[in-house]
Amino acid sequence: MSGGVTSGSLGTGPQAGSRGGQQVVMFRIGTESFALDAGMVREIIDPIPATRVAGARPHIDRIVNVRGNVIPLADIRERFGMPAAADSPDTRFLVLEVAVGGDPVVVALVADKVFAVTEIDPASCQAVPPVGTTWRPEYIRSIVKARDEFIIVPELEQILN
Amino acid sequence: MTALDPADVFRAEAAELLACLETTLLDLGDRPEDRALIDTAFRALHTIKGSGAMFGFEQVAAFTHDFETAFDRVRRGEVAVGHDLVNVSLSAKDYIRGLIEEPEASAPIIGEAILAELEQLLGTTGRPAAAPLAPHPEPVADPVPMVEGGWQIGIAFAPDVLRNGTNPLALLDELRDLGACTIVPRLDALPELPGLDPESLAIGWDVTLRAAVTREAIEDVFLFVRDEMTLTLVPVSPAQPDAAPEPGEAAPGPFAPPTVTAPAAGLAAIASVEAPPVAPPAIAPAAPTAERSPARRAEERPASSVRVEAERLDELMDRVGELVIAQARLSQLAGLSADPGLKGIAEEIERLSARLRDTTMSIRMVAIGALFGRFRRLIHDLSRDLGKPVEFVTGGEDTELDKTVIERLADPLVHLIRNAIDHGIEAPGRRAAAAKAATGRITLTAEHVGAQVLVSVRDDGAGLDAARIRAKAEEKGLCAPGAVLTDQQVYQFLFAPGFSTAQEISALSGRGVGMDVVKKTIESLRGTIDIATEPGGGTTVALRLPLTLAIIEGLLIRVGEGRYVIPLAAVEECVELPAGERGGRGRDFLNIRGALVPFLRLRSLFGAAGEPELHQKVIIVAAGEARVGLVADQIIGNHQTVIKSLSKLHADVATFSGATILGDGTAALIIDVGRLVSGGGAEGARAYQEVA
Repeated sequence: MSGGVTSGSLGTGPQAGSRGGQQVVMFRIGTESFALDAGMVREIIDPIPATRVAGARPHIDRIVNVRGNVIPLADIRERFGMPAAADSPDTRFLVLEVAVGGDPVVVALVADKVFAVTEIDPASCQAVPPVGTTWRPEYIRSIVKARDEFIIVPELEQILN
Repeated sequence: MTALDPADVFRAEAAELLACLETTLLDLGDRPEDRALIDTAFRALHTIKGSGAMFGFEQVAAFTHDFETAFDRVRRGEVAVGHDLVNVSLSAKDYIRGLIEEPEASAPIIGEAILAELEQLLGTTGRPAAAPLAPHPEPVADPVPMVEGGWQIGIAFAPDVLRNGTNPLALLDELRDLGACTIVPRLDALPELPGLDPESLAIGWDVTLRAAVTREAIEDVFLFVRDEMTLTLVPVSPAQPDAAPEPGEAAPGPFAPPTVTAPAAGLAAIASVEAPPVAPPAIAPAAPTAERSPARRAEERPASSVRVEAERLDELMDRVGELVIAQARLSQLAGLSADPGLKGIAEEIERLSARLRDTTMSIRMVAIGALFGRFRRLIHDLSRDLGKPVEFVTGGEDTELDKTVIERLADPLVHLIRNAIDHGIEAPGRRAAAAKAATGRITLTAEHVGAQVLVSVRDDGAGLDAARIRAKAEEKGLCAPGAVLTDQQVYQFLFAPGFSTAQEISALSGRGVGMDVVKKTIESLRGTIDIATEPGGGTTVALRLPLTLAIIEGLLIRVGEGRYVIPLAAVEECVELPAGERGGRGRDFLNIRGALVPFLRLRSLFGAAGEPELHQKVIIVAAGEARVGLVADQIIGNHQTVIKSLSKLHADVATFSGATILGDGTAALIIDVGRLVSGGGAEGARAYQEVA
C-alpha cells in the first residue's frame, strides 16, 4: 500500500483504521478515480433494473429497489462534466449512506468499476488546487495521491443536493 | 422488550381521564343541570386520586383530593354549576396535568390559588366535611329526594364485574351502613356446578332498605360500578305492609344454600337467603320504577380493548407491507407457471394478505372526533380571552384517518382555529353593526372525498380582504406591484413565512408565524390547502389529506416503458381514447356522457420514449372537485400498493406521492393525482415567488 501526501479528513465515518490509515473504497467513473470512506458504503451490488423519475434532476433521475427500500440512483457523471455512458459488465452500484441536511439518506451510486477497499493515510489528502480543474470546487472534498495517481474524494452532500 | 413502567401506565391513564374530565367540564358549561356529567367528572377525579396515590404521585393525589372534596359539594347539589366554576375546574385540571407531567415546573402556589378560588366559589373550606345526612334543599336534584318508608333495591351486576376488582359484598356492607337491610340473593341465573366460573358473578340481589335516605345516597354506593350493573330503585311507602318479615323458608334455588339470618354479617351475604322476597320491580309496574340506563354517553367503552404501543403497530404495518410485496412476486411467478396447485395457493395467499392488510389498516384508523374534541377547550379559552362569544360546531367526527395523519393534523388545526377566531370572527360590536348574530360560529367538519379526507375549518366572520393581503404582499416584496393575480393566488400569500395583515399583534396570532408551518405540515402529509372566502360571510379553509400513508389499492398502468400506480380510490372509470384525439398534444377535452372532461397525456408529461400504443386508454380520475382524464398506453390491472416514501433528495418531485415495489422487484412510482392535475397552478405559484 503506497503512502499518501497531505492532510484533510475523508468521508463521514469513523476516522482512522487500525494503523492510523483510513479504509476507503476506490472506484472509477468515466476517466476519473474516486475514493469514499468505507464507513459510508453499505454494500456494493450488481446493477439492477432502475425506474426513471420524470421531473427529477438529471443526476438523480432514477430509483431502485434495494432490499425492499426504494432509494434514488445517482449518476454523478453529469456533475463532473462527463458524457452519459451505458452499463458495462464492470458496472456496480454502491449503496451509500450520506448525511444530507443532517439526516442520513441512503442512495445508490453508479460506478463504472470498483477496484478495491484500501487504506490511505489521511495525511496524504490535499485541498483542491484553485486552478487546473474545470470541476466545481464545492463538489470535491480533497484529492489523494495513491498508486501514483490522483484520486478524488467527492463531497457527496453537495453533489447530490 | 422492556416491562412497562407503572408510572408510565399511570400517566397514560391519567391523560385519558383528564381528557375525559375536560370534555365533561366543557359539557357541563353547556348543560349545568346534567347530573350524569357531574358524576362522570367526580368519578374521573376519584380515579386519578386513587391511582395517583397508588403509583406514588403524592402531590397529584393530595391536590386532587382537595379538588374532589370541593367538587363533592357540587355533586351533592349544594352548589349550582356556573361558568366560573367550569373555568376554575378547567385550570385545576390543567394543574393536575402539570403535576403529572412536569412536577418540578408546577409551583404549589398555583394549586393553592386554584383551591382558594374554588373555595370562594363553593363556600367550602376545602377540607373533607362530614356529609350531612339531611341535605339542604337541592337546586339540582332528582324529584324524589327522600322516602320515609325505605327502598326496594334491585342489584344486577355484569358477570365480569369481579374481574375488574369490584367486591359486591363490600357494596352491600355500604348499603347496610345506610340502614337496616334485608338482602335476598337472586340465584336463578346460577349455573350447575360443572359450569360454574369462579371469576364471573351469576348472582344478583334484592335488598329492602328500611331507612329514610335519599335516592342519591343509595346511588352513591354504586357510583363506581354503575356502568357494569343495573340498579333498580323503588321507593317503599310506609303505608305498605312490611315487606320483609322475619326470615322464613329458604328460597328455591338450583341448589339450596343453608339459610343464614344475619342481615348485618357482610361475609354471609352471598349465602343469606331471606324470604319471602318482595315483589321484584319487574312485576310491580305500578310502583314508580326508577330504572336508569347504566349507559352514559361519556364513559361508554368498547366491550374490550387493548392498549398497544404505537411503534408496534408501525412495525406490524411494515411487516404486512413486506408480506404484500412478497405475495405480489409469488402471484407473478404463479401466473407464469402451469402448476394448478401453485396457482391455487398463490390465489389463497393473495386473498389472505389482502384481508390481513385491511385488518391491519383498520387497526391504525382512528376516528377524527377525538382530535376535534381537543379543540373545544381551545375555543372555550380563546372565546373568553378575546371577548368574542363563539359557538363550536363539528361534523363528521366518525371519519376515520390513519393515526399518523391525525397526530400531525393537530397543530395545523390549532393554528387555523386560532386564526379563525382572532382574525375571522369580528368583535361583537362589528357583528351587531353587520346585523349578524352576536355569537360567532366555528365549524369543523371532516368527510371522505374519493381517496382523500376533506377537513374544513369554517368561520362566519368578515371574510378575507384580498386588497389588504395584496397590499401587504407588495409591501413585503412578495409580488410585483401591478402583477395580475387571481384572488386564490393572493390568498396563497397568507402561507408565506412571516406574513400577517394584523394591525395589532395579539398574544394569540398576528405575528405571521404559523400559517407557513400549516402549509408545510399539510404538504409533508401530501395534502393540499384551499381557501374560500365570502366578504362578510366568512372564510373556509379546506384541507385535503390522503387516507393513509401505508398501503393503498392501486391501478397499475403503463406509459411508454414505465409503469405507474394511480390510487384506485381516485379512479372513476376507464375509457378508450377516441381515434380522433390521438395525434394531439397538451391539454385536450373528452366528451364523457355529455360532460366535458379535460385530459392530460402522461406520455408527454413523463417524457416517455418509444411509439405510443395504438389504442391508448384514458383513466378518468377525481381530483378535488374536478374530473380529469389521464392518457396511458396500457392498463395492467389492480395492484396492492405498499407506499414507500420518496427520498429526501426527491423532495422537488411533486408529481409522485411515493413509490412501490412491483412483483418483479422493480420500483414503480405512485401518481399524486391532485398535484398532477393542479400542476399548472403550482408552477404558476412558483413563478410569483421568483418575481419576488
